[in-house]
Amino acid sequence: MTETSSFYVRSEMIAQQKPPMSQVGAVRWMRENLFSSPLNTFLTLASIYVVYFIVTLIGPWLMRSVWDANSLQECRQIAGAKYGEGVEGACFALIRERWNQLLFGFYPRDLYWRPVLAFVLMLVALAPVLFSGLPRKMLWFSTVYPAVGFWLLWGGSIWLPISIVAGLAATGYIAMVLAARSGLLIGTLVAVAAFILIFFAPLRELFQSAMETILPFAITKMQSDDLGGFMLSLTIGISGIVFSLPIGILLALGRQSDMPLVKIICVGFIEIIRGVPLITLLFTASLLLNYFLPPGTNFDIILRVIIMVTLFAAAYMAEVVRGGLAALPRGQYEAADALGLTYWQAQQHIIMPQALKVSIPNIVSNFIGLFKDTTLVIFIGLLDPLALVSAIRADTAWSGTYWEPIMFVGTLFFIVCFSMSRYSMYLEKKLKTDHR
Amino acid sequence: MAETAKRAKMEISDEVAIDIRQMNKWYGTFHVLRDINMTVNRGERIVICGPSGSGKSTLIRCINRLEEHQQGKIVVDGTELTSDLKNIDKVRSEVGMVFQHFNLFPHLTILENLTLAPIWVRKTPKREAEEVAMHFLGKVKIPEQAHKYPGQLSGGQQQRVAIARSLCMKPRIMLFDEPTSALDPEMIKEVLDTMIQLAEEGMTMICVTHEMGFAQAVANRVIFMDQGQIVEQNEPKEFFNNPKSDRTKLFLSQILGH
Amino acid sequence: MASMSEIPRADFRLSMLIYDTRYRSITIQVLFLLAFLALMAWLVDNTIQNFAALGKNFSYNYLGSRAGYDINQMLVQYSNDSTHGRALLIGLLNTLFLGFISCILATLIGVTVGILRLSRNWIVARLMTVYVEGFRNVPVVLWIVLVNAIVSISAPEPKAFRGEDPSASMILFDSVAITNRGVYVPEPLFSRSLGNIDVGIFLISVDLLAIIAVIAASIWGYRRIQAKATVVQNATGTRPVTLWMSLAVLILPLVALLLATGFHLGYPELKGFNFVGGTQARTSLIAMWLALSIYSATYIAEIVRGGILAISRGQTEAAYALGLRPGQTTSLVVLPQAMRVMIPPMISQYLSITKNTSLGIAVGYMDLKSTLGGITMNQTGRELESMLLMMAIYLTISLIISFVMNLYNRSIKLKER
Repeated sequence: MTETSSFYVRSEMIAQQKPPMSQVGAVRWMRENLFSSPLNTFLTLASIYVVYFIVTLIGPWLMRSVWDANSLQECRQIAGAKYGEGVEGACFALIRERWNQLLFGFYPRDLYWRPVLAFVLMLVALAPVLFSGLPRKMLWFSTVYPAVGFWLLWGGSIWLPISIVAGLAATGYIAMVLAARSGLLIGTLVAVAAFILIFFAPLRELFQSAMETILPFAITKMQSDDLGGFMLSLTIGISGIVFSLPIGILLALGRQSDMPLVKIICVGFIEIIRGVPLITLLFTASLLLNYFLPPGTNFDIILRVIIMVTLFAAAYMAEVVRGGLAALPRGQYEAADALGLTYWQAQQHIIMPQALKVSIPNIVSNFIGLFKDTTLVIFIGLLDPLALVSAIRADTAWSGTYWEPIMFVGTLFFIVCFSMSRYSMYLEKKLKTDHR
Repeated sequence: MAETAKRAKMEISDEVAIDIRQMNKWYGTFHVLRDINMTVNRGERIVICGPSGSGKSTLIRCINRLEEHQQGKIVVDGTELTSDLKNIDKVRSEVGMVFQHFNLFPHLTILENLTLAPIWVRKTPKREAEEVAMHFLGKVKIPEQAHKYPGQLSGGQQQRVAIARSLCMKPRIMLFDEPTSALDPEMIKEVLDTMIQLAEEGMTMICVTHEMGFAQAVANRVIFMDQGQIVEQNEPKEFFNNPKSDRTKLFLSQILGH
Repeated sequence: MASMSEIPRADFRLSMLIYDTRYRSITIQVLFLLAFLALMAWLVDNTIQNFAALGKNFSYNYLGSRAGYDINQMLVQYSNDSTHGRALLIGLLNTLFLGFISCILATLIGVTVGILRLSRNWIVARLMTVYVEGFRNVPVVLWIVLVNAIVSISAPEPKAFRGEDPSASMILFDSVAITNRGVYVPEPLFSRSLGNIDVGIFLISVDLLAIIAVIAASIWGYRRIQAKATVVQNATGTRPVTLWMSLAVLILPLVALLLATGFHLGYPELKGFNFVGGTQARTSLIAMWLALSIYSATYIAEIVRGGILAISRGQTEAAYALGLRPGQTTSLVVLPQAMRVMIPPMISQYLSITKNTSLGIAVGYMDLKSTLGGITMNQTGRELESMLLMMAIYLTISLIISFVMNLYNRSIKLKER
């Protein structure tokens, strides 16, 4: 090789040029994505056939839907008149007439504003929890919302929820003062528990009855049989979600504890709950709880179900949180120790924020599972949306309809669950970018 | 010389900061620390070195009871480390520690990392804690990073933040557990500079490190450990130029040999 | 680690129970245990009082008495003269059977969908996404009810198969009849049957045992052949072709056995208004099976997809760079690693399928919940006993499944090292 042959300098730069024809446009896209191999071609054709099959199966039925009728009979007549005898169409008139029942159960029509208001307020209460941009002061409303929601749905004297909230706030305040003064968490907890049992419960009743005579204010009281439909699912689901997270966190911490007795009891609880179907726990709530409680106790079935659903979800939540805890490097615990933080301070400021963040996708999918599981209350006689579907079909006017109400209920569930899973994705992405 | 002038400033008082007597520790049946005797006076800068697995990290982790010793006595600042939680809390808030892997809290900003312990352990008002934090961030020369997250900083910067985090608790003693081992070479100097500055201000320091330059520049004593025991300790000059034990000679030839 | 500090311990103060790390954990545990025991004692005491008030006693004797109800889907002999205990057994077997077939179908669908969802074929990937998102975001009870409605409404009545010009016909060469009373499939019959052995609770067909034994032996033989091939490959570098020998080992013994026992299929036939012969799978079973499978498959699909995605691109690229072909890369590099990620969530998915079989109550499938926790409980009024027993059984099943799967998981992990 001579010297000159290895020397080269470009005198002018090449401008960007168009790729060859086969590399651009729809043709290329289709070739790469749909027909790149025989197998791929087959899959594409099969998929197209499936889509075609479903569309031709359901499409015409949906297109011929009837919205304005008073019974299935009428629906069929209208469809028959429009599209020819014997042609079937969807009878959405059923939804039009009975949507309120599917949503609210047998809640009195003129009181619909109460669950609606409760729902709207719930969104307000959830907003600061879900979106960190909102003012932190709104969280105060979120903490008292359970009482507000309870009062709106069940009604009765306003002094019951107020006295409970006031009592809890007082107890919490005492606990905080005690804990700050002595720093003894356990002692404080025992003191608070004793306070609630001995002092708070009678005092609360006294306060409630006193206030009711001084300033009576009550709205129509509802029985649990009145609550039903999608409203019931939301009530049970959201209560379960809200209460299961803290219990789950405590269970997870108990399971991670180096105290063998605490650990064994927590593990036992978690594994037993996770080992049995939810439906058996629901039956326990409806049939057995009366055996376990003092003779003569009889409290609300929905409350019992909420307790069971909460315990059930808490066991699953504990496992999710445990996964998050396991993902944390040991150094985080050590650094917290070295700075002199106590166990609970370290949990609150260092460990839990990170462990929960790691587990967000799993927590949300647990929530979704829990919400879907609320449909199981149909088996113990509560009026969830599916139970109402059966109730509506039992009505002679609508007997024979199958798909329409089920589709309606399914769509509602889909909307709620799907948006929850999308929110979890949004949160995951947002928290990831926080750091980079 | 400037060097001696600086050294003169780093006064060592007669007051005892850390006193360790006949301390023994086992991991299961493995005897990690054997008959450790060591006294550190206020203002002393001690470098501990030794091959890996020699127990040097374990030793300084015993000083703030990240590890529990099983025999003997450790007295830090007049407080004996026993199983009494109050004593442990007291010692931990007096003793700062810097880790090999920084252990910053990734979900908190730099400023929040620095103010967390003062606010919750020392019960300092937030405003004051933040002022202190900014002061120390200025000292480690990264005040502009206060509102970033640890993940956005380089390793050297993170370690300086970790040092500042410890300083915010106004500790009387600082422990360094291989603070530069996890750093890229070009970042070691910035961390060492911070540590030297700290030494010059008279901080009592115990430092597990293999940075012999640092040992020569600031340490007034070098301790060499092997197999869980203190094999040799001496002034840095004597230690490096005239090691007495064969183990020390072998170790020094290995780390300085190239 | 035992604390052996030589700290003067003469002056024990009460505050040490809380402030001393040596006693603190004991104090907390004792308090915790006391609270727990108090709670338990309270619950048990309440139960005893309530039982006394109702004049009931706690006893499982009812399991020995006559059940008096029929079960329409059973794997072993049962009649309404059998005991409640036997009804329980039928229910348990039905639960296990449904759980087993649902796990299999769900895995088949799930793995396929999970892989297809990763396909570069746009339309297939989209379709699978729609399927997964659509099915997993709607409660499984709803799918069960819906599938049950589809099966029982859309399928023709048996009488539709009758006559000169029937409106419905059997499929698969007149061997399978899908009706609204269930699906009739051919049943295996043996003209030179080896008989049954009575294992006390039920009869086991010796034919079945023989078939299982022969298949097991064939698989063992197949593995020997493969192992030998590997030895040859290790020695010479090329792998001998074992296809024909493998096929022979796998198929011939079974065929021989079937011929020897006179195996033939008993086809369902329309007699009068119903089908006779063959095996009937009730609508409830079919509905539960399909609904549980298509619902759970969405979760399995996500597990599979997640497992494959968890293997970094670098692994695939390294395998390509070494010259492995895509198929080899998948089977030798990606799958072994993906399996490790996939097994633990698969375990919990199988557990949840098994537990979901209890929803059979929605369509009248006679599983454990419907026998012991349903008719038996209602007839005898033994709620506490039945529920406790049922929970114990479900718990045992769950623990066994997770134990077995964990063993498998461990064996996979060990192989990696």
